[in-house]
Amino acid sequence: MIEKDFNTSYKPSWCPGCGNFGIFIALKNALVELNIKPENVLLVAGVGCSGNGVNFLKAYGWHSLHGRALPTAVGAKLANKDLTVIVMAGDGDGYGEGMAHFIHAVRGNTNITYITHDNQLYALTTGQAAPTTDKGTQTKSTPGGLIEEKANPITLALSSGGSFVARGFSGDATHLKELLKKAILHQGFSLVDVFQPCVTFNKVNTFKYFFDRLYNLDKKEGYTTNDVLAAYKEAMVWGDKIAYGLFYEDKRPSYDKYLPQLNGPALVKRPMKVRNIEQLLKEFA
Amino acid sequence: MENKKNNLTWKIGGEAGFGIKSAGMMFGKIFMRAGYEVFDYTEYPSIIRGGHNTYQLLVDTRPVNSINKKIDILVALNQNTIEQNFSELNVGGVLIYDSDKAKILPAKLAKAQITGLGIPLTTLAKEAGGEVMRNVMSLGASLALIGQSLDIANKIVKENFSRKGEVVVTNNIKALKIGFDFVTANFKGQFMCQLLTRPANNNILITANEALALGAVAGGLNFYAAYPMTPSSTILHYLAKIADKTGIVVKHAEDEISVANMALGASHVGARAMIGTSGGGFSLMTETLGLVGLTETPLVMVDVQRPGPATGLPTWTEQGDLQFMLHAAQGDFPRIIMAPGDATEAYQMGHQALNWADMYQLPVIILSDKLIAEGNTTIPKFDTKNIKINRGKILTVEQLRKIKEYRRYKVVPDGISPRTLPGMANGFFIANSDEHDPYGFSNEDSQNRIEQVDKRYRKLEQFAKTMSQPLVYGNPKAKKTVVFWGSNKGVILDSYVNLPDKIKSKLRIMQYQYLWPFPAEFTKHILNNSKEILLIENNSNAQLGNLIAQETGIVIKNKLLKYDGRPFFREDIISALKNF
Ligand SMILES: Cc1ncc(C[n+]2csc(CCOP(=O)(O)OP(=O)(O)O)c2C)c(N)n1
Ligand code: SF4
Repeated sequence: MIEKDFNTSYKPSWCPGCGNFGIFIALKNALVELNIKPENVLLVAGVGCSGNGVNFLKAYGWHSLHGRALPTAVGAKLANKDLTVIVMAGDGDGYGEGMAHFIHAVRGNTNITYITHDNQLYALTTGQAAPTTDKGTQTKSTPGGLIEEKANPITLALSSGGSFVARGFSGDATHLKELLKKAILHQGFSLVDVFQPCVTFNKVNTFKYFFDRLYNLDKKEGYTTNDVLAAYKEAMVWGDKIAYGLFYEDKRPSYDKYLPQLNGPALVKRPMKVRNIEQLLKEFA
Repeated sequence: MENKKNNLTWKIGGEAGFGIKSAGMMFGKIFMRAGYEVFDYTEYPSIIRGGHNTYQLLVDTRPVNSINKKIDILVALNQNTIEQNFSELNVGGVLIYDSDKAKILPAKLAKAQITGLGIPLTTLAKEAGGEVMRNVMSLGASLALIGQSLDIANKIVKENFSRKGEVVVTNNIKALKIGFDFVTANFKGQFMCQLLTRPANNNILITANEALALGAVAGGLNFYAAYPMTPSSTILHYLAKIADKTGIVVKHAEDEISVANMALGASHVGARAMIGTSGGGFSLMTETLGLVGLTETPLVMVDVQRPGPATGLPTWTEQGDLQFMLHAAQGDFPRIIMAPGDATEAYQMGHQALNWADMYQLPVIILSDKLIAEGNTTIPKFDTKNIKINRGKILTVEQLRKIKEYRRYKVVPDGISPRTLPGMANGFFIANSDEHDPYGFSNEDSQNRIEQVDKRYRKLEQFAKTMSQPLVYGNPKAKKTVVFWGSNKGVILDSYVNLPDKIKSKLRIMQYQYLWPFPAEFTKHILNNSKEILLIENNSNAQLGNLIAQETGIVIKNKLLKYDGRPFFREDIISALKNF
């Protein structure tokens, strides 16, 4: 398989230079290198610029409602564990409208991969503040500067029992590809929050902004990914320096492993017959 | 024996935590096993301890699905029950009360012509092993009064308490007997409510929630998601309990939004999915309802109504969500709405809805309500003989191989385009919340938009051709027509049976099981051939009446509406039918 196998006939509608391109290239290559066939991928997208990408990647696609990609993906994976289920959502979608789903999906640890396209604002709706926008930022909806504190997806995931918590950068597609491969192979819920510069609306968090600040955790001496407190500490660094890479990983069983009824073939691959309910009726007689 | 009756109404009251419901359920089961038909009705506030809880049981020799306002026996475990419910007793009735906890003036009893039977239940129950057994002791007392033996009761008590251990079982059986013996020794004469005997039968005692769940289970359900909300929660509880036995994934998700989307994800990959809630939760699912419509993904959505708006009356009953179900979600898209009239219909709809959803690729809403959802009724045991699973148009991998370019939303004459499931080679498509072209790609063209909207609607036209029409009971040629939907079936038909033949012959009664698509032609045929029409609904603004007017232009002026959170009692309906 090659990258082109994941292309569709639909022409990408993103702005030239948009950070979304890097994420898609990394994702396609990760799937190619993992030898996952397009028909075995379910790509669940949120609504936003990033979500429009569902049209440009050949796989089974689900373009969900704004904020609702995660629960859809969880349901799909529980019903068909043979699929590689990948969710991609914007930061507005995933951490605004979909924040509750995010926390609960992390807690539940269903075996899916969650890629957030974190451009620190709402792009498709032309540039309003998002939950990951820096405090004080002036946007169309916050002309006086954003009052709220910025949400931190990494610490939120860590404190909710995240079993794979990572941050990528669309400006480092090779690193991102490797990170996504690990995330997809991880047997549980994996979060990869990806810095995705929006060249049209975000004049602060640009590619250069991140090139100047990012340091790679994977290369940091002495850093191990099994120490949640160390992960926390790195995740709190924000300013002149910002960490990316894999913060934390553990091997706790995924949600389905706790359900005896999911042993054996995937739920949807079992023959569907009229069930005999004789035994069940006994309690009512 | 002249004083043997066809039916009797028994009621027990006390605080939440007294075991009112569990005692009532055991009482119901005792009569079911003895061959009687029963229907029960609970009233309880939305709190866990305290408050005033009642359980009312109608026992009959004929099938029953409703209750009387008037009762024959009242068991009062506290003073408050006497204050609240004494006036409901029929002349000649009996008040059994815990004389350690409550009292009543002899003059009051005499005036109402009620027999008072004070039993020191607290003292006697403590002696038998614990005050909590007052409820079971009162069952023994009631059985003695009605002239039933303890044989079946002993068995039921044993079954009910066996998981709590030997001691609990023995003590409760002792409590039953103490109550029974007390009445035998102290109540002289024969009570008017001796029941005619019945042969044993093959009935079960079940609620519409459990019946609906069982129907779906029989029909191949394999994914159920919900967030607890009275009065829908017992579907979740029941399915969760049997999930691993039956191979169903049952998910209590973080909110109803998640519930709806999870189920949709499961359905998209090929599961038979259902979700359940009450009106408040459905409000949160509304957003997803439109997505179901646009992506043409099968989904069964159950709304067990309670009185709204907002939190409303959480534990009471109403039929206030019909117009909401008709209109929920933005935009135009097809949906099917069906409403069971009782547990038997709930069972049927449980499996039928799954078929309709798959065959027509759209949302199917089952609209039930608290009265039947939580009310136990005796009905013949379900079988699965007539159940068939129809998954609609899903292509196989072989079929797909022969298709050059698969289009999920291909514009086809019947509107039902064949589906593929993720995992099938060459079956790619996007299930898109944006309007889309036949492949599923986002598309905002004018012509495409019109074609897709029309295609989706043709599915409903297809369904409308085959769906069953409203049911007509009574004299089909009568010119007086009673119109209703949903759980009022029980009280209307039970009342009808008890009317004099002279009145009965002049009535026909029409029940809507399918509310959307609306059977307009049938409705016009019946209503235009009626001299008088009476509409009966458990809501304040005649929601079916409005629907009929909208679809046929026929305005029904004569309406019997009730919206105090209580169901219609037989007395309400009998007088309405007599005066009609
Ligand atoms: C329920 C709902 N509310 C609002 C919108 C409008 N809307 C579309 S995209 C979007 C924000 C997108 O921001 P983000 O998720 O960060 O994605 P981006 O466009 O930045 O990739 C909003 C508010 C919608 N589609 N649905
Ligand atoms: S607006 Fe921003 S996020 Fe959207 S496509 Fe353009 S650059 Fe990308």
